Order: sequence, then C-alpha cells, then structure tokens
Amino acid sequence: MSTTLSDKQPPAARKQAAPAARPLARRHTRKRLAPGRPVPYGWALGALLLLGLWAAGSATGLIDARSLPAPWTIAVAAGDLIEDGRLQSNLATSAQRALLGLVIGVAGGLLFAMVSGLSRVGEALIDGPVQIKRAIPSLALIPLLILWFGIGETMKVVTIALGVFVPIYIHTHNGLRGIDNRYAELAETVRLSRPQFVRHVVLPGALPGFLLGMRFAVTAAWLALVVVEQVNATSGIGYMMELARTYGQIDIILVGLVVYGLLGLFSDALVRLVERRTLTWRRTLGD
Amino acid sequence: MATHTGGLTGTEDRGTAGGQGTIEDGGTDRAATVRIGNLVRSFGVRRILDGLDLTIAPGEFVALLGRSGSGKSTLLRALARLDHDVAGSGELAAPDNLSVVFQDARLLPWKRVLDNVVLGLTGPDAEQRGRAALAEVGLEGRERAWPIELSGGEQQRVSLARSLVRDPELLLADEPFGALDALTRIRMHVLLRRLCERHRPAVLLVTHDVDEAIVLADRVVVLEQGRIAADLPVELPAPRRHGSSEYAALRDRLLAQLGVDLAEDGGQA
Ligand SMILES: Nc1ncnc2c1ncn2[C@@H]1O[C@H](COP(=O)(O)OP(=O)(O)OP(=O)(O)O)[C@@H](O)[C@H]1O
Ligand SMILES: [Mg+2]
Repeated sequence: MSTTLSDKQPPAARKQAAPAARPLARRHTRKRLAPGRPVPYGWALGALLLLGLWAAGSATGLIDARSLPAPWTIAVAAGDLIEDGRLQSNLATSAQRALLGLVIGVAGGLLFAMVSGLSRVGEALIDGPVQIKRAIPSLALIPLLILWFGIGETMKVVTIALGVFVPIYIHTHNGLRGIDNRYAELAETVRLSRPQFVRHVVLPGALPGFLLGMRFAVTAAWLALVVVEQVNATSGIGYMMELARTYGQIDIILVGLVVYGLLGLFSDALVRLVERRTLTWRRTLGD
Repeated sequence: MATHTGGLTGTEDRGTAGGQGTIEDGGTDRAATVRIGNLVRSFGVRRILDGLDLTIAPGEFVALLGRSGSGKSTLLRALARLDHDVAGSGELAAPDNLSVVFQDARLLPWKRVLDNVVLGLTGPDAEQRGRAALAEVGLEGRERAWPIELSGGEQQRVSLARSLVRDPELLLADEPFGALDALTRIRMHVLLRRLCERHRPAVLLVTHDVDEAIVLADRVVVLEQGRIAADLPVELPAPRRHGSSEYAALRDRLLAQLGVDLAEDGGQA
C-alpha cells in the first residue's frame, strides 16, 4: 500500500519523503468504517453549545423572557425553591415513586422473561399476554388503574412498574432467545447441571439484552412519573410544575423540566456505566 | 458407559460387558472405549448412518474421513449424545467422560480464558489444573484474557485445554483445525500428538484432510454410504512425512476411496 502511494510522488520528492512517508502512508491506507475513538466528554459538548445559545439569546433580548426566561432567572428560582425546601421534598417524593416502580417493574420483567425464556410451557403461557399488554400503552391504562387503586401512591407506582415491565421483559427475553444454541451444546458436553447452565451461560448471555431493556425502562419510568404526577398529585416535581402553571410561574415550570432532564441523564449514564463495567468482554462500535 | 439398545455384539468384547470403559494398560485383552454396532441415524427419509460398526480401543487415535455430507458430524454428535431429536437405532457405547473439540473454538465470550477452561469443573484444585492445562498448550500468562482478544489458533488451543483438563477417556474432534491456516495447523498437529501421548485418550478425529489423518492417526477409517467403507491401520515410523513410498501408497489408497481421480489430480491436499 505504501509503495503505491509513494509512487505517485514526483521522483525528486520521493527520496526525501521516504522516511517520513511511512506513518503518513499507514494513516491513509484504509478509511475506517466504525466511528473510531469517542470525543472526550463529547456528550456535554452539544448541551453546552445549546445552553450558550440560550444565554446569548436571553442577554440580547432575542428570546422573550415571558415565554422562556433566561438561564440565570431559572437558577435563581431553583435557589429559592431549594432554600424553602420545596424542591428537595418534591424531588424525594418523585424519586421514591420512580425507584419503587422501577424496582417492581424490573423484578417482574426479569422473572417473567426467565420463566418464558427457559421453558416452552412458560413461553406459551406468558409471552402471548405480554405481547398483548405491549400493544396497549401503559399510560392508556391510567383510567382503569385509578378505578382499581384510587388516586393514591399505589396507582402511581403500578403505572410506573407497568411501563418498566414491558421493555425489561421484551429485551431480556430477546437476549435469552438469542443465546447461541452452540453454547447449550457446549454446556452439555462439559456436563453442566441446569443451575450451572443458567449461571454460566444463560444469565451472562442475556445480560446485554437486559441492560438495553434497562435503559428503556429508566426512560419509561420517568415518563410514567411525569404523567401520573400531572394527572393528580399533591406532591412531587410534576405537582410542583402543575401548581406553578396555575400561578403562571414559568421559571418554576422550567426548573421542573431541568430536574426531569437531569434525572433522566444521570440515570441513563448510570446504566451505561454498569453496562461498560459488566460487558467488558464485548467489543462493539460504541466503545 | 451409556449403552443404548440391545446386547453387545462387538467381537472385541471380552472384558467388562456393557460396563466401564476402563483403560487397562498393556495386553491385547482390553475393553473397547467406543463400541458402535449397527448404528442407524436418519433425517426424514434419508438414512445418513446405515448400520455402521466401529470399535475404538483405549488410547487409540482414529481419524475419520469421508466426503462432505457423508455423515461424519452425525456420527460424532451421536457419540457425544448431542443428537437429541435425531431418529435412529443401534448400539452405541461410549464413556461418559468424553470431551468434544468443535470446529469453532466455542469459548464463552463472557468468560475469561481460564474460566472457559475450567467451565463446569469442581474441586479446590480446578483452577490449578486449568492453569496447568493452559501452560500445556503454550498459553500461560493469558489466563485473564478475553476470548475475543485471542487469535483463531490461540482460541482453538484454549478449547483443547478445556477438553484435556477433564482427562477424558474419549476425545471427539470435528474438524478442529479446519478454520486455521496451514502453518498454525502444522503446529496444532504437533501439539495434539504430544498431548495425546501424554494423556492417552482414545481419539476420534473428523477431518477433510487426508494428510492430517495420516500424520496423526493410528488408524484411518472412511465413512461412505452410512458405513465404514475402509479401515486402514497407519503403520509408518514416527516422523511421518510426505515422500516415503508407504506414505504415498496409503495416501493414494485413501484418496481413491474418497473418489478423487488421481490421474487428473495428484497433488490435492
Ligand atoms: N439437523 C439436520 N437436519 C436435516 N438434515 C441434516 C441435519 N444434520 C445433517 N443433516 C444431513 O445429514 C447429512 C450428513 O451431514 P453431516 O453433517 O454428518 O455431514 P459431514 O460428513 O459432517 O459433512 P462435512 O464434511 O461437510 O461436515 C447431510 O446430507 C446433511 O444435510
Ligand atoms: Mg461435518
């Protein structure tokens, strides 16, 4: 490859360039199709740019403060909310709801996926109903859930758990079914018992699917949280925003949005971190 | 021993009838490690194995040749008891303590090399034995590597270590070197030969490569139309190389048995 490259140079240049041309030539040999190394802190760049534009727009008056207050106005509002403790208590309530729903939904999704992934009878009994449930958006069930559980915490947690259950089930089940049958054969020839097979082959094999489901699940949990808190609640970030709307406090609404956004970002980053820690054996385009 | 059906018909059976495939040293009076009688395996209406008989003595290295689609893998999978849904009948006796080397190394990608080797082993010395096995195949120091970080040849060596660490009475290998380049393949031949001399398992090696069969095996059998059509001992002195006239004669016979027209094609590997 390097010879074809240097042959294109004029004869005079060829001699001088020869030693230096080698690394250069190698760099040009083939264009890589995978995206290559990640930009350090790349995820923050786009967000910072957007924030900068917003600040500039507010400062120059291009953005009307009545429809979108300046970033610093929002920071001040957040400061006030923290000072009188409203933000913390509402955040704690919201986080507790989301976490409880998440835990229940993940546990249920995992359990059902394992049963239906490991036994044909289980699959026959479970998979059909779950696919039907999947066709109905969890949020559409809210009226029914209100009639069943009232408008208290139970209804909220159940709604979140249902939203979490589906992606966990679908992706874990998919991961289980996708485990290569050749590994099952291997397990037979080294005479693994069924529990050993589950531990050494099934669970690690389904882990990538589960973690993918986890990322969807976290998003689903926050989404369901927003909805149930705005439908009817007396506490939580969503309630805080609803209240602010009735008083026309747009800065508080935006504080709520920022908090939701940060929660989503942090939880996704957390899942990704776990993903990177546990899936070191994989080499994908993403890494 | 797992005996499927019927009584034992093998003529060499003078030892433990239907019992353990024990390795008894010396003497001609040995219990066979593998005894296959009148074995039939079919897919639909096609009989792939059709009344096949084969006996393998303890420590014997048998190479199995046959055209593509002749049923070599089917036979091997029957011996490994991996053919759950395949219809068939016949007598099949093989030790429980057998290992399989697949064409792909078949390492669990989520387990480090050492954990792959000791997969399913129990006992406090499992890890120690695993390390020793890795050292035997020349991979000490790579215990903590992920399978994806190894070359194809290295992966296949790990798979060999995984098989040998179990001290199998029977080693089944289905074209284990088929995916390797010629040089690596020669190295693997030397390694396999050495390991087999040390551990002395009975071996059934499926291969496409007539030279591989002659270089490695004590006996070469050819599968054709569901049966063993040729069964030839390899009685060549230790370093088996191309060129000796015995080697060439055996090679020609095997190739002819496999239906290669030597008048047209003398140099096919
Ligand atoms: N699971 C299966 N279902 C249906 N037919 C099968 C199955 N497995 C193998 N066969 C058929 O049985 C025949 C023998 O297959 P087998 O894999 O044993 O051949 P082989 O001798 O190992 O060939 P190769 O050298 O190409 O690996 C083939 O014709 C194949 O199509
Ligand atoms: Mg085959």
